[in-house]
Amino acid sequence: MLIKRASDIPSSEITPKQTYQNRRQFILTAAAGAGLVAGGWALKKLTEPEDEVAAGAKLPHSKSAFSTTETPNSLRDITHYNNFYEFGTDKEDPAANAGTLRTRPWTVAVEGHVKKPKVYDIDALIKMFPLEERIYRLRCVEAWSMVIPWLGFPLGEFIKTLEPTSKAKFVQLVTLYDPAQMPGQKSGVLDWPYVEGLRLDEALHPLTILAVGLYGEVLPNQNGAPIRLVVPWKYGFKSIKSVVKIRFVEQMPETTWNKMQPSEYGFYSNVNPNVDHPRWSQATERRIGEFRRRPTLMFNGYGDQVAGLYTGMDLRVNY
Amino acid sequence: MKPISWLKLAVFLASLGPLARLLWRYRQNDLTANPIEFITHSTGLTALIFLLITLGITPLRRISRQYWLIQLRRLLGLFAFFYACLHLATYVVLDHYFDWDRIVADVYKRPYITAGFTAFVLLVPLAITSTGGWVRRLGGKRWQALHRLIYVSTALAVVHFWWLVKADIREPAAYGTVLAVLLGYRIVRWLLARAQQAPQAAAQPEQG
Repeated sequence: MLIKRASDIPSSEITPKQTYQNRRQFILTAAAGAGLVAGGWALKKLTEPEDEVAAGAKLPHSKSAFSTTETPNSLRDITHYNNFYEFGTDKEDPAANAGTLRTRPWTVAVEGHVKKPKVYDIDALIKMFPLEERIYRLRCVEAWSMVIPWLGFPLGEFIKTLEPTSKAKFVQLVTLYDPAQMPGQKSGVLDWPYVEGLRLDEALHPLTILAVGLYGEVLPNQNGAPIRLVVPWKYGFKSIKSVVKIRFVEQMPETTWNKMQPSEYGFYSNVNPNVDHPRWSQATERRIGEFRRRPTLMFNGYGDQVAGLYTGMDLRVNY
Repeated sequence: MKPISWLKLAVFLASLGPLARLLWRYRQNDLTANPIEFITHSTGLTALIFLLITLGITPLRRISRQYWLIQLRRLLGLFAFFYACLHLATYVVLDHYFDWDRIVADVYKRPYITAGFTAFVLLVPLAITSTGGWVRRLGGKRWQALHRLIYVSTALAVVHFWWLVKADIREPAAYGTVLAVLLGYRIVRWLLARAQQAPQAAAQPEQG
């Protein structure tokens, strides 16, 4: 009610001119200053060169036809602005705090309905498949986006070697739980360890990869080292980081954010501009480094490849 | 200048600190990968903190018996409004670039934005009537009643923050606790005054 009434009255009618001209001169001055800041920032962003790729361990890889031709975000932005609540809830916390994570030795346990359950050493696992560079769009549920040059291999190729049984309908993935290495897990902000899941056909889709690198080099800790999932047509939180367990199950598995707030985070979590999150309209997004918002694409622009997975489903119900 | 004027000037300059910090971080290219979000959060939090400081003046002056502190309240309240204006301007100009359809839809559809926008709207009449002239025009009692809107506005600002966070409510909860203490102080005082007044009013009506 208050909102409606207020917008009916032009502010010129309720604010006497002399009232703000004297006392509030400073407000105008400062507001103009803020405008200049913003304009200057936008200009600077357009003219500054991309960060150089940090020196690290190079990983041999080939290019992939699945890559977008869009310009990737800088390594600095990708590694210093992300969510990884195991290291804190601010976007800059993972870069600051992920140094405590030890990524070697590291194992990935495969469990559940597969003919060959096994615990894989991370280095042996990486050697099993040729690495590809996949330059993917990433869309966060908070309505920002990036373009990221991952290095990895298709999860589906790995799954085929495991020989899932007919009971395997879903795949659940689990993040490391070790509060000593992951200080954010000392808080009860989320129900640890972080778990995520995919339907088997989603996991087998050639766009779904396990990533072990970024910008041609070994994946930095804050981005989910040593191995993480990347599902480019779903909101970023589906792409679980620092995976220690892959479990093949019959029933739709629990997922962390869905447990936390089922009305806001569905199991599928496909990028969908037509289904809003209660707090963020999903119709538009801000690509990191850009000033204006851009329209969000259905399935984050991967609809041609993945829409068939959801034929016959009501995406408003199965959000 | 009188000492109080010097103090006011010092408080005024200190109150520009959060803005100066933003400008400095901009100069250092240190506004994170998402500067618009950073500026939005920074100005919003500053506005909330100034609202709480403004609400803290009355308890502080009574408890410390430093009654001159009242002379800083208007300045601090106007700075709360100033940062709230910057916060709203960041949202309208930088975040949505005057996309009024989306902005109006946001205000109606997203409870946390509805709360935040209402908090801002309630501050507007307080800023307008902050002058001595308006106190006289309205009369002390009515002016004071109007300015109690700051309680509602600050509560809505905390709700706005609370509903914004995804999972980690620790920070908004901390500000909510401060607000609860500041409002609790007033409620307790009001209850005590009422309890005292009743027998006194009967015995000495002329002093009521």
